[in-house]
Amino acid sequence: MNPTDIKNPEYFHKVVDCQYACPAHTPVPEYIRLIAAGRYDDAYMVNWESNVFPGILGRTCDRPCEPACRRGRVGNGEEPVAICRLKRVAADNKSDISARLPVVPEQKNGKRIALIGAGPASLTVARDLMPLGYNIDIYDNQFAGGGMMRSQIPSFRLPITVLDEEVGYILDMGVVTHFDTEVSSLASIVEKDYDAIFVGTGAPRGKGLELPGLEEAGKSVHIGIDWLASVAFEHTEQIGKRVLVLGGGNTAMDCCRTSRRLGGEDVRVVVRSPFADMKASPWEKEDAMHEGIPILDNHVPKEFVVEDGKLQGMLFEKVKAEYDANGKRSLVPTGEDLVFMPADDVLMAIGQDNAFPWVERDLGVEFDKWDMPIVDKTTFQSTNPKVFFGGDAAFGPENVITAVAHGHQAAVSIDLFCRAEPVSKRPPPFTNLVTQKMGIHEWSYDNAVEVDKRFMVPMAPLEESLRNRKLEVELGFDPATGYREAERCFNCDVQTVFEEARCIECDACVDICPTDCITFTENAEEPVLRQQLSAPANNPTQDLYVSADLPTRRVMVKDEDVCLHCGLCAERCPTAAWDMQKFLYNVAKAGQ
Amino acid sequence: MSYQSPTFRHPGLPVNDLGYTKADYEGAISTLCAGCGHDSISGAIVRACHELSLEPHRIAKLSGIGCSSKTPTYFLGKSHGFNSVHGRMPSVVTGAAMANRDLLYLGVSGDGDTASIGMGQFAHAVRRNLNMVYIVMNNGCYGLTKGQDSATADEGSASKKGDPNPFSAIDLPGLALQLGATFVARSFSGDKGQLVPLIKAAISHRGFALIDVVSPCVTFNNNTESTKSYDFVRDHAQATGTVDFVPMREEITTHYVAGKTHEVTMHDGSVLHLEKVSENLDPFDRLSAMVTLEQHRAKGHILTGLIYMDKDSRDLHDVLETSRRPLNALQEPDLCPGNKVLANINASLR
Ligand SMILES: Cc1cc2nc3c(=O)[nH]c(=O)nc-3n(C[C@H](O)[C@H](O)[C@H](O)COP(=O)(O)OP(=O)(O)OC[C@H]3O[C@@H](n4cnc5c(N)ncnc54)[C@H](O)[C@@H]3O)c2cc1C
Ligand SMILES: Cc1ncc(C[n+]2csc(CCOP(=O)(O)OP(=O)(O)O)c2C)c(N)n1
Ligand code: SF4
Ligand code: SF4
Ligand code: SF4
Ligand code: SF4
Ligand SMILES: [Mg+2]
Repeated sequence: MNPTDIKNPEYFHKVVDCQYACPAHTPVPEYIRLIAAGRYDDAYMVNWESNVFPGILGRTCDRPCEPACRRGRVGNGEEPVAICRLKRVAADNKSDISARLPVVPEQKNGKRIALIGAGPASLTVARDLMPLGYNIDIYDNQFAGGGMMRSQIPSFRLPITVLDEEVGYILDMGVVTHFDTEVSSLASIVEKDYDAIFVGTGAPRGKGLELPGLEEAGKSVHIGIDWLASVAFEHTEQIGKRVLVLGGGNTAMDCCRTSRRLGGEDVRVVVRSPFADMKASPWEKEDAMHEGIPILDNHVPKEFVVEDGKLQGMLFEKVKAEYDANGKRSLVPTGEDLVFMPADDVLMAIGQDNAFPWVERDLGVEFDKWDMPIVDKTTFQSTNPKVFFGGDAAFGPENVITAVAHGHQAAVSIDLFCRAEPVSKRPPPFTNLVTQKMGIHEWSYDNAVEVDKRFMVPMAPLEESLRNRKLEVELGFDPATGYREAERCFNCDVQTVFEEARCIECDACVDICPTDCITFTENAEEPVLRQQLSAPANNPTQDLYVSADLPTRRVMVKDEDVCLHCGLCAERCPTAAWDMQKFLYNVAKAGQ
Repeated sequence: MSYQSPTFRHPGLPVNDLGYTKADYEGAISTLCAGCGHDSISGAIVRACHELSLEPHRIAKLSGIGCSSKTPTYFLGKSHGFNSVHGRMPSVVTGAAMANRDLLYLGVSGDGDTASIGMGQFAHAVRRNLNMVYIVMNNGCYGLTKGQDSATADEGSASKKGDPNPFSAIDLPGLALQLGATFVARSFSGDKGQLVPLIKAAISHRGFALIDVVSPCVTFNNNTESTKSYDFVRDHAQATGTVDFVPMREEITTHYVAGKTHEVTMHDGSVLHLEKVSENLDPFDRLSAMVTLEQHRAKGHILTGLIYMDKDSRDLHDVLETSRRPLNALQEPDLCPGNKVLANINASLR
């Protein structure tokens, strides 16, 4: 293999598994260390700069970082660091940070931007552009900002105070809001001669099921996301005692748990696929089951049963999943009798679609065969150079952190576009690599590896939670537990940096490394090299760090896979050929 | 400074026949200087014992005094250990081996511990062919007492703070050959590829097995004027040939060129392959070994690898015809069989 180019910022970025997996590339270990140090304000601001909604995300994030976390790979039944809930510790314990928010210039730059939809994507664009002096108008058909974070995510997961606070930080920068305003024509916005328009309208249309009996069942059958919105906006305050929720995603989990709080006693989730294939996150499923909600898998809905104009229940066909040679799944009926389940209400939570009936097709914004706008994956520009898309509106439903990541990139593009620079000219990330050496064997980070298993987040008593739909279920870590959970982090951003010219090939690093990451060996092609290491490098998603040739004509090969970042290699190296260096990687934002 | 090694190990570590990973043969975290050659030798011992699937509780590790003699703390944490007085490890092993012949005795010593204060003990353990592995971690100095020249320091070699050594060096392999050693090897701490199979072969050998391992002291004797530095050893080492060790239970998978390989079946059924052995050396002939060793020394080379092995070695127990059952396992009735037996013995002598 060729020597690894550690100057390429992506090399070390990838080693920080959590940050690399995070759509917004939040510098996770950096803020975890600040939490451990009790510097909650600083930890909060590191988050805020990158993901804009630390308090919200610390409760609701889809947390793609956690399955990626190195701690989950090191065996011994280890689970990932509770990254998401640590973020909440920073948000819960911070003091007033308003003085640390960016200053918005009095003197505007003369450019006017329209944001359609006030969800996390649009809010992020506003957050990045307001400090640069842009004039921003935001349009939303709801009475306040937040998008689906307000209308969909239930209060027992996300208290309204937390939402209001973090939405407020942005709107208070002087964004001109046009709430309760449905935009029914993009042309009407284009006419207002904005310098750029950002569409962040989400994927607002819930899918339904056209089954026999639907019409007769009438008002007892609801579209999940519409129903959740009407609960959030207090138009709906109760539901029948027996509720069937159709679907296996996170919306289904929110529907069933909300039902339990609005009078549902026999609430069931019925899903076509096997339990393991469900889209909902494992923790959402656990939380639902913890509230006494059974999840019935392998049942395909067939018919609404209605008698005397009143919904009685539904019929389901039992299936089993079969997988072909390519792993493609088909659900095959078992041939058993249809199963009847009684119900007073049915909530359909089987997915969302985008809908752009309000975008005229003669404005230069082209749509593809699935009726989705054609949007550049890097610049978020549509085929009309003035119009940008982001969040769920760009490529279909995802999650808050993805919407934020889109928002940052769209803001970069809009800023470039308004300064008449090519939007393809992406600014490079900001990186910094600094040694952590404090003395011969002293590091400025806590390199000892803790053995604690992942801590559980305490919860409010079940009875009480079910009585009050606004009572937050999770209580968050207290500072002491937060500290101990933070200490579980390996500090993967403190990189092992190798300098071949110093190495005397004494093997000390090889001998000390607890997880056998380091090998001195003859060079070979990657697949061969992976097998000739002290411990086989069988995780191809993790890179090998390969040195240039050493005096004995061997190379140093380090498998990044299960490095604990414990610093022992550097402590044992007599010549400081290894050094522990902290790598900071920040995605460049608009104007940087 | 870390005083503890993390408890996590690579989840894909290979397990041996006993179901143990290499980690099960490790010891406490080393307190030696960073980069000390001795730590690499500890690592090689761990690997050899793991790969041979030795039961840790069947091993006794013994040492004298010195940085080298501290290392038993850093490997085989689940085995028996004895830290003796300076230079007195051989006599403690002699006693232990006599009392319990069933353990594997692994002696670890330094060049000071062996070639200075312990010289007399060493000489007699060799000539008695005590069944043990004797590893000398040879750095040419007294590391623990701040790097004074030892008796193995080459003439003219200078340590970091010292003057060129005016005395001639004791060559431990040469001395051992002269004293009748039945297994003599030399290696380098920085070459585990060679050292690990040599340790395995030494473990399988019945009788006294010496491995003199050049092991740089990074702190006091790794300077350019020293002949025990990493660079000097790398530049001047010449291997007798390559050594491959196949434990008894394993199938031989490597293909060896006929005529160019010596194949030796060891006492325990394992097979030792010596490849590309230099033409002048017959490693089964003591005289040839002595000559080759001296020739290399004269040329300023450090001869490494297996230097000599007596395939028909008889260890101290064989020679003394001791009881097959370890002495410490004999009970009173075995040792004191009673009047009738005594009467028979007396009768046979009449
Ligand atoms: C039930 C449910 C639970 C969820 N839970 C989570 C979770 O826990 N964690 C997570 O990360 N994600 C969750 N999501 C997904 C997440 O809410 C969305 O991915 C995210 O909000 C998308 O952000 P956005 O900015 O693209 O648009 P949205 O948040 O959808 O905001 C778009 C806004 O635009 C408004 N709008 C749309 N069309 C128009 C128009 N024509 N005129 C004016 N206004 C308009 C909408 O009313 C809305 O306010 C959940 C989604 C649902 C449905
Ligand atoms: C009886 C006795 N005499 C002297 C000493 C002091 N002493 C301790 S270690 C040592 C030399 C150790 O040298 P070596 O065996 O080569 O070990 P190294 O530290 O080099 O590995 C000496 C002389 C002692 N501990 N005991
Ligand atoms: S251990 Fe810490 S730095 Fe490493 S991936 Fe997990 S959270 Fe990120
Ligand atoms: S930091 Fe060094 S010693 Fe620690 S696990 Fe990583 S490579 Fe091994
Ligand atoms: S410890 Fe340092 S000098 Fe020794 S082999 Fe490792 S990197 Fe090289
Ligand atoms: S003084 Fe020398 S022999 Fe002793 S631990 Fe340090 S490097 Fe090793
Ligand atoms: Mg010594």
